[in-house]
Amino acid sequence: MPNGDEREQVWITGIGLISSLGVGIDEHWNKLHGETPPRPVIDEGRFAPYTVHPMPEIDVAQQIPRTSDQRQMDRWQKFGVYAAGLALQDAGIAGNDALLDKTDLCIAAGNGERDIALDSRILATADADGDAASRLNTELMTGLRPTLYLVQLSNLLAGNISIIHKATGSSRTFKGEEMAGVSAIKNAVDRIKAGQGDLFLVGGALNAEREDFLLGCELTGGLYHGPHKSVWDRQGENDGFIPGSVGVFLVLESSSHAKARGAMPYAQIAGIASDRSPRAPGDIAATASTLLKELPLDTSNRELFVMSGASGVRATTAEELQFLSNVQKAGIEPVIRAWGSIFGHTHEAHFLVGIALAALALSKSEFYPPFDTSGVEHTRKTWADQILVTTFGHWRGEGLGLVQSVW
Amino acid sequence: MSNDTLDHKGRPLVAVTGRGVVTSLGIGKSDNWTKLTAGQSGIKPIRRFDTRGLKTTIAGTVDHFDIEPYSAFDLSTAMAEAAAAEAIEEACIGSRSSFPGPLIIATPPSELEWPHLRQLYNALPDSDISGYARLLASARSGKHADLARHVRFAAIADRLKDRFSTRGEPLSICTACASGATTIQLGLEAIRRGDTEAALCVGTDATVHPEGLIRFSLLSALSTVNDAPQKASKPFAKRRDGFVIAEGAGAVVLESLSAAKARGAPILGIVRGCGEKADSFHRTRSNPDGAAMIGAIRKTLDDAGVTPEQIDYVNAHGTSTPENDRMEYLSLKAVLGEHLANTPVSSNKSMIGHTLIAAGSVEAVFSLLTIETSILPPTINYDEPDPDLPLDVVPNTSRSKSVSTVLSNSFGFGGQNVCVVFSSEPA
Repeated sequence: MPNGDEREQVWITGIGLISSLGVGIDEHWNKLHGETPPRPVIDEGRFAPYTVHPMPEIDVAQQIPRTSDQRQMDRWQKFGVYAAGLALQDAGIAGNDALLDKTDLCIAAGNGERDIALDSRILATADADGDAASRLNTELMTGLRPTLYLVQLSNLLAGNISIIHKATGSSRTFKGEEMAGVSAIKNAVDRIKAGQGDLFLVGGALNAEREDFLLGCELTGGLYHGPHKSVWDRQGENDGFIPGSVGVFLVLESSSHAKARGAMPYAQIAGIASDRSPRAPGDIAATASTLLKELPLDTSNRELFVMSGASGVRATTAEELQFLSNVQKAGIEPVIRAWGSIFGHTHEAHFLVGIALAALALSKSEFYPPFDTSGVEHTRKTWADQILVTTFGHWRGEGLGLVQSVW
Repeated sequence: MSNDTLDHKGRPLVAVTGRGVVTSLGIGKSDNWTKLTAGQSGIKPIRRFDTRGLKTTIAGTVDHFDIEPYSAFDLSTAMAEAAAAEAIEEACIGSRSSFPGPLIIATPPSELEWPHLRQLYNALPDSDISGYARLLASARSGKHADLARHVRFAAIADRLKDRFSTRGEPLSICTACASGATTIQLGLEAIRRGDTEAALCVGTDATVHPEGLIRFSLLSALSTVNDAPQKASKPFAKRRDGFVIAEGAGAVVLESLSAAKARGAPILGIVRGCGEKADSFHRTRSNPDGAAMIGAIRKTLDDAGVTPEQIDYVNAHGTSTPENDRMEYLSLKAVLGEHLANTPVSSNKSMIGHTLIAAGSVEAVFSLLTIETSILPPTINYDEPDPDLPLDVVPNTSRSKSVSTVLSNSFGFGGQNVCVVFSSEPA
């Protein structure tokens, strides 16, 4: 714990981000900060009637040099390991064995990927000879790659980061859709503030370009059908989320630790608050209002800059607008940007993308132009020194984060 | 807060005030402890599904619940609820409408199983589309929303939060076979931070379905001693040939010792410390120098403020794979040194198999029962010791010994190493 009056701050000292927009934090800034709404990269054909935001071709060897390691991973893990490497480089930790040995991992993850071709073949043929059970056994015994399980285990993204980048302090993987990202970063922030650790690698990844992932989303009734529209433009008709591939990692550090090694922050995390409401009508807005009170919001600001994790799922998105409307009624004008319109909805990684974008904007002393033309997102009048990041799960969980300037 | 409720670093001491457990041996502490200390095995031939064509046909299935048809989600949830209810009842904490702290739960993978895939596929019998396009077309009909719980990662946590009215956002975590221990570590840290006075920590896993079994089989991790199921799991023995996949759940209620004392709760033990260290060697194997396991044990003892000589007993991870047991021995030897020769070590997995995600939770409950009853459960099937692993494994029959400090180890795929030290209440 810090001595005397000096409070330990939670600094973001490294960001690694890859998405449909490109590779690296600089490329994202270049595409996002101009005067006009950035154009999302979308693929409406491959998985029709579903749209996805695809990951561009990435030379994974730049972060995962050994082909033997690449073979042990599926796409979501490669995205995550790649982004983790970028974040470690950005923070000046990559290659520093002493720092990596004490780096604690907090990862948000879902499951890995199934063998679509094998599943499809078994489903097409398994009943044909009237001996489905033993045939299933034989097909799986001979068809499954032995290593497939290792891309399916949630914690093997963390495992691969430890193997490839040698970050080995400790390793915790949080699950639970959008709230996994909130849980992961909240755990790191809580531990830094309490002196239970001072150097963390926090992140997540999603490969949205998978039929098995889309199947799970469709079963939960969350997927948007049809051509791309912004999250706000989807309200009132065919609502739902459009998934996006992403890898995002942040290096979080206690301010004293960062100062001691001369690391410069993008921004600091002033607080993370989360809950899980029962989700009766009105619960999300009410819970968010309660959570907001837990954050050290500077109420003297006339505008509240909001990076909104709105998914496009109708009830959740509508209640988020209700929550922000209540803020407005209290005399503070929300200046909203929903990054889901540009990146897609990135599930476990979603909240962390919002935190990364907020930190990037604060480090540039700028904010983003509206991400769509629906009218929900209007231009700013003042400058941001605090940005509220929201993410409400498409079926459960509410999370808020407050990112603010260090100086 | 008085000094007798703070630890050696001035942090709040954390007590265990409730315990619950489900394994193939039965539901609840009483049934489990009676059978476990009698050296009884819960491993048996798999009846749940057709095992023709499989190399391994045995498991430690939990068959005490009326879950028909079986699914990993439904059985995992039922076991977790039973274990948590038992722990809460023992702790006598909160009320029906309020557990006064968060839920931290380790749960198995959330995925569709083959009966679910078939249900979706067969729902369009006359379709000329195939593969996942057909599954997606079925899903789009909206008629299969009942399957959503299987693919939602937070669904088990959500059920338990509603059932026990825990506070805040429930955490779902996965650190592979160290997950149960991780839930206890997260609870311990939260109470030390002062975020909460209590936490409900649960681990549950019911992954004995064809693909779950086959995944481990293809990694050559499972015993193939199918003709003698109860003999198959033989931790630290010379002819050990793999672990036996099993099901179970464990739960503990953690409280700050000061809060527990203030309400007159039973103090069933103290979580003295936790430690973890990630390995970077291989996805399923430890670095041959044991650095990460050794690091985890050392960090744990340091966190707990106990010396190696103060460890009275080790509840081993002890999977019965050639690799794990050898590395666990080497790591214990490196940290405990000469003291290891005088330290009994049991593997509960000799009787209940490897309950995977739940293992650390189940073994925490057994560690605490060891402290309470002064009975060391045996390591059965220790008929032929491995001369390279000279351990006092409490061979084949239980032993009476007063125990005040237990080291419980949990090691998982992906380089996950988490250890916990439990002790009796400080005098």
